[in-house]
Amino acid sequence: MSLASTMERSGVKRDLDRGGVRRRRWGRFALPAFSWLVIAYLVFPIAVMIIFSFNKVVTGLQLVSFTWNGFTFDWYRQWSNVPGLTSAFWLSIRLAVVSMIFATVLGTLLAIALVRYRKQRFRGKGVIEQVLFVNIAAPEIVMGASLLGLFVTFNIGRGFLTLVLAHVMFSIAYVTVTVRARLSLYDRSLEEAAYDLGANPVTTFRLVTLPLIMPGVLAGALMAFALSIDDFVTSNFVSGSTAPFPVWVYGATRVGTPPQVFVFGSVIFAVGIAFAVISIFVSKKQV
Amino acid sequence: MERSVPTHHPRSIGRSHSRAKWGKRLSPYLLSLPAGLWLLLLFLVPLFIMLSMSLKTCSPASGQCYMTWNWGELPHQVSLYRAQFYTSLLFAACATLIDLVISFPIAYWIAFYGGRRKNFFLIMLLVPFFVSFIIRTLVWEFILSNNGFVLSFLRNSHLVSANFHVLGTGFAVIAGLAYNYLPFTALPLYVAIERIDRRVLDAAHDLYANRRAAFMRVILPLAVPGIFAAFLLTFIPAFGDYVNQEILGGTANTMIGTVIQNQFLINSDYAGGASLSVVLLAVSLIGIWAYARVLGSRAIEEYI
Repeated sequence: MSLASTMERSGVKRDLDRGGVRRRRWGRFALPAFSWLVIAYLVFPIAVMIIFSFNKVVTGLQLVSFTWNGFTFDWYRQWSNVPGLTSAFWLSIRLAVVSMIFATVLGTLLAIALVRYRKQRFRGKGVIEQVLFVNIAAPEIVMGASLLGLFVTFNIGRGFLTLVLAHVMFSIAYVTVTVRARLSLYDRSLEEAAYDLGANPVTTFRLVTLPLIMPGVLAGALMAFALSIDDFVTSNFVSGSTAPFPVWVYGATRVGTPPQVFVFGSVIFAVGIAFAVISIFVSKKQV
Repeated sequence: MERSVPTHHPRSIGRSHSRAKWGKRLSPYLLSLPAGLWLLLLFLVPLFIMLSMSLKTCSPASGQCYMTWNWGELPHQVSLYRAQFYTSLLFAACATLIDLVISFPIAYWIAFYGGRRKNFFLIMLLVPFFVSFIIRTLVWEFILSNNGFVLSFLRNSHLVSANFHVLGTGFAVIAGLAYNYLPFTALPLYVAIERIDRRVLDAAHDLYANRRAAFMRVILPLAVPGIFAAFLLTFIPAFGDYVNQEILGGTANTMIGTVIQNQFLINSDYAGGASLSVVLLAVSLIGIWAYARVLGSRAIEEYI
């Protein structure tokens, strides 16, 4: 899922492929045909969503209709006409920004500690690594349910605060892993050079370490933002009555989907793709 | 080694020397303290609370729970919802298998033949992630619904009978799971296959391995860690998933995630929900443990 690091890896290695003719033929016809089919399958529902966000509604109820009634920009013009949806969306944005900031700072510090210090000087490193591993692999519903148990046990009212607590919790491990992948590539002697030139630890961190690990930190931050804004399962357990975007959409669409949901989906999709492309160019420049 | 060198930094002599040394010794703990505390208090402690909750008895009327060390709740809940566990197991296994079969060829193709367009293809694999999980599933409901354009077309051209439907069946749920978790399968596979040294493959061909032999005895064994990671990253979330079942499966084919969610959020039966969650967590931990045992707990980081 860490797109940037995966791509870096793929970009570094050059193709050393010089297989036999038969392998090449297989690679030229059957595999590409199949792969393009899979890509079509992955894109198909997104295309449907975008197309039907331009669909006219003929019935009185403003819900997406299953048949094509003609092209309209109405839903883009009236994007904010469903009050619950708009406020849920802004709530999600605020939540994603706040939890991104916390998760990025905490995750980066942890990543630095994990890369810098060996087991002898950092007792508990193994335990932390295992906790991160379980945190990433554990089913989300278990984490959500157990958080609900915590909040109920200590009588903590559910709302924005509990959402932030939960979202930072499940983002930290992803940020740490992303930043750490970047950090392990990095040359410690640059830092020692800074010390030798009389820089103190704070200056060294600010002027040498941080700029070097910045692409990794940004990739981690993007991931934390994406995880937070898309999260449904955990949020559904800990949101109480303050429903973020996915929870609101889920609740409301059990009776019918307002066309604005497709508009929001299409816009978020476009913004996300733009960010991904930018982050790839940024990470390429840094390499 | 670092301790024998007093300090790197020329200005810290004398009094501040010992402070710097202490700071150095403490720094890994200070750096990991905030994140560690956060994970301890909001990830590990809740899991233990859930464990203890599964031993309590709750009254459904008031929602109050009392510690009764009721070890019987766990087997009781499991036997009560055995069918839902089996359904989850079956659906998640089918979806994971479908994903592995679909992903392997495309991961192989991108890794070996992607050339300079690798990044483009990787974005295409990740495309579903740019649409919110809930909306993706909703769009599938929209596509597969009885009066949706796909089924209307099929019905009108008499390819299927008039009462043919997909929504509300297990097939719809499996299809939804397979779609939603496909990138989780494809990416680890891609990373694993991409990492295979092409010279090993050339060596196999030089040693007169035909394509099948080279695939079965070189590529597949070298991709095993990726297959394992892909399995874990797909199966565990699919096993606990309830969104696909609730949106695409209707009231039939209830999965265990739905039951857990209902116990907590609708019935307020915290003890029952906690017991089922403990079982779900145990099943996942077995998979996670097996993976860490064989490949090491850091190995999975390379695939996410």
